[in-house]
Amino acid sequence: MTLTLPQQSKPPSLQPTGWLRYLSFSVDHKVIGLQYLVCGFAFYLIGGALAGAIRTELTSPVSDFMPREVYNQVLTLHGTVMIFLWIVPVVNGAFGNYLIPFYVGARDMAFPRLNAVAFWLIPPAGLLLITSYFITGAAQSGWTAYPPLSLTTPATGQIIWILSVLLLGGSSIFGGINFIATILKLRRPGLKLMQLPMYCWAMLGTSILVVLSTPVLAGTLILLSFDIVAHTGFFNPGMGGNVVVYQHLFWFYSHPAVYIMVLPAFGLVSEILPIHCRKPLFGYTTMVYSIMAIVVLGLVVWAHHMFTSGTPPWMRLFFTIATAFIAVPTGIKFFNWIATLWGGKISLNSAILFSCGFIVNFVLGGITGVALAQVPFDVHVHDTYFVVAHFHYIVYGGSVFVIFASVYHWFPKVTGRMMDENLGRFHFLLTFIGFNLCFAPQHWLGLNGMPRRVAEYDPQFAFVNQISSVGALLMALSTLPFLWNVFASARSGEIAGDNPWRALTPEWLTSSPPPVENWKGEPPLVTHPYGYGIPADQIDLKDASGSDLWSNGR
Amino acid sequence: MTSLSPQDQAVEIQEHHEESHPDHRMFGLATFLVADAMTFAGFFAAYLTFKAVNPLLPGAVYELELPLPTLNTILLLVSSATFHRAGVNLRRSDMQRCRRWLLLTAILGLAFLVSQMVEYFTLPFGLTDNLYASTFYALTGFHGLHVTLGALMILIVWWQCRTPEGRVTADNHFPLEAAELYWHFVDGIWVVLFVILYLI
Repeated sequence: MTLTLPQQSKPPSLQPTGWLRYLSFSVDHKVIGLQYLVCGFAFYLIGGALAGAIRTELTSPVSDFMPREVYNQVLTLHGTVMIFLWIVPVVNGAFGNYLIPFYVGARDMAFPRLNAVAFWLIPPAGLLLITSYFITGAAQSGWTAYPPLSLTTPATGQIIWILSVLLLGGSSIFGGINFIATILKLRRPGLKLMQLPMYCWAMLGTSILVVLSTPVLAGTLILLSFDIVAHTGFFNPGMGGNVVVYQHLFWFYSHPAVYIMVLPAFGLVSEILPIHCRKPLFGYTTMVYSIMAIVVLGLVVWAHHMFTSGTPPWMRLFFTIATAFIAVPTGIKFFNWIATLWGGKISLNSAILFSCGFIVNFVLGGITGVALAQVPFDVHVHDTYFVVAHFHYIVYGGSVFVIFASVYHWFPKVTGRMMDENLGRFHFLLTFIGFNLCFAPQHWLGLNGMPRRVAEYDPQFAFVNQISSVGALLMALSTLPFLWNVFASARSGEIAGDNPWRALTPEWLTSSPPPVENWKGEPPLVTHPYGYGIPADQIDLKDASGSDLWSNGR
Repeated sequence: MTSLSPQDQAVEIQEHHEESHPDHRMFGLATFLVADAMTFAGFFAAYLTFKAVNPLLPGAVYELELPLPTLNTILLLVSSATFHRAGVNLRRSDMQRCRRWLLLTAILGLAFLVSQMVEYFTLPFGLTDNLYASTFYALTGFHGLHVTLGALMILIVWWQCRTPEGRVTADNHFPLEAAELYWHFVDGIWVVLFVILYLI
């Protein structure tokens, strides 16, 4: 069935064309992608300021920087903002919207209006969440909102938190539906699934996780809000309820949420590495199967967050084994990236520095993850700073490093101008040192028994906490060269040209910035998105656009 | 941010709108219904776990009668069949019959809601009485919300195909098909809900 839209004598006047379109209900996927990115980055600055407040409080063992209730609110807001308003919208919404239509050879997403709706749910949800601090006091029960804690802390802040997360979950689901439909249904004729750039596979897997798991969180939070508002007792042991059921339902979303944050990052890194080391992506097929294996396994490992919640032995055994299994596909991807870099002509620019930083940090976070999956070890370090360190190695060392790598990589495409590489390398150095200085010592803190989420701690931990806070300060400072670089380069950076990296993926086979239509004329058919360094007679270039790029040699 | 002048862009947007492209709205709706089904799956899992591990506190009342929910099940199953008839008649361009079947479907859906209300007011327990009661109301209430939305959709489609030149015709049957898929989904969820809440 086809749909022919009526001819219009006038262009649709509701779509502004200047910079105002970034503040409008635009349906252009490129505009929406940038809206996600800029909005997410604003929330990253807010979440970072909250993290700074946490680290300032923790420089001394006593609670002297802010009252304890405020500390609880700050850590709750920090977690929620960083996860739901920064990483999830940016690795999915920002880069997904910008790149996926290019990669599948489409002019826009499958449902452009739904796409705009999904974005415009985010700013109000974020404002709701953050302003709750000033109006009624924000939620105090952490981003997990475990009952009975979430039932006994002030109700208004908790309810606003729930409303905000429901809005963000809705946005995420709409986005997921759009990505699935775009990747499966909007592919250019002649383009096969196994010819898609790896980010498409990552987004397909992520969107499947979003569609399957986010609704469960929504349902759970609705039940929790009933407990708070209507005084039912779903999760209230005093009324015969069951708190562990909340944990199961919550982690059924929130463990896949880790993959929702990190799978797209895997995909983005798989796009960046081959281009900057002039080699094909190693092991394309195994990458695809690894992503799908992570999707399947990611849905059946949630109870490894609950080994101290009275889980029965069979459950501990099952979830330990399932979690350890995830290390296999993840390890395959890790070795594929190493093999991609191996023997390549690596240009050490900011994009590849951040990508390599990601590989290093992620493997460290992955190793502590496998350790945490083992029940005897987990019972020892549960709810300590070891978990904080592990988690930040995955989401900051992993996802946020990739976000920066992607900004350096795609900035020329989006603005038509190059970023300053020296500033970029300086930014990387500050971020990498600051990040490891901040979070590596926290492993030691956790192993020695410092509990997380408390403002006061045993004085013996003071020195290590101060080291960690210095690292946090470096991370905060590292944002300044980045911001300066973005603004200065957007105004007066070197003109990039259409394809400064000599890349083969379809978004580079058009002007920078791309036209509204993505390409003048027909979308290119790219059957070998990673054909770098392969002799041209060994690949079939019959219908492939950009074939001249292969003849350029490497 | 762009090298194109506003006029060029406007022309491009216009050209884009003249292209015809396949309609993936049913696919999108089906994906959304998968997500919706997962919300119910979470509720069902919670209810079954509560039943398995949380004993009813002493003195709590939780008893369900079968006749009314059985009637409800029949109402919904019949309404799925009548909706199907409406779709068949639409494809034959028999708008009058189509509208008649649609109206019948909407009436059956509203009858379901009335019957559900009667059950709510005759049950010996309230929302906050005990854990099972709370879960019962949450589950049936969430389903009832879906039925309400579905009935509204049916009435909207019924309004939209009132004339042969209306929005819903044999050529443009997406609104009817979407409402139909949604209605069958709500019907299917009810069958699972009926088995889990009333029969097990």
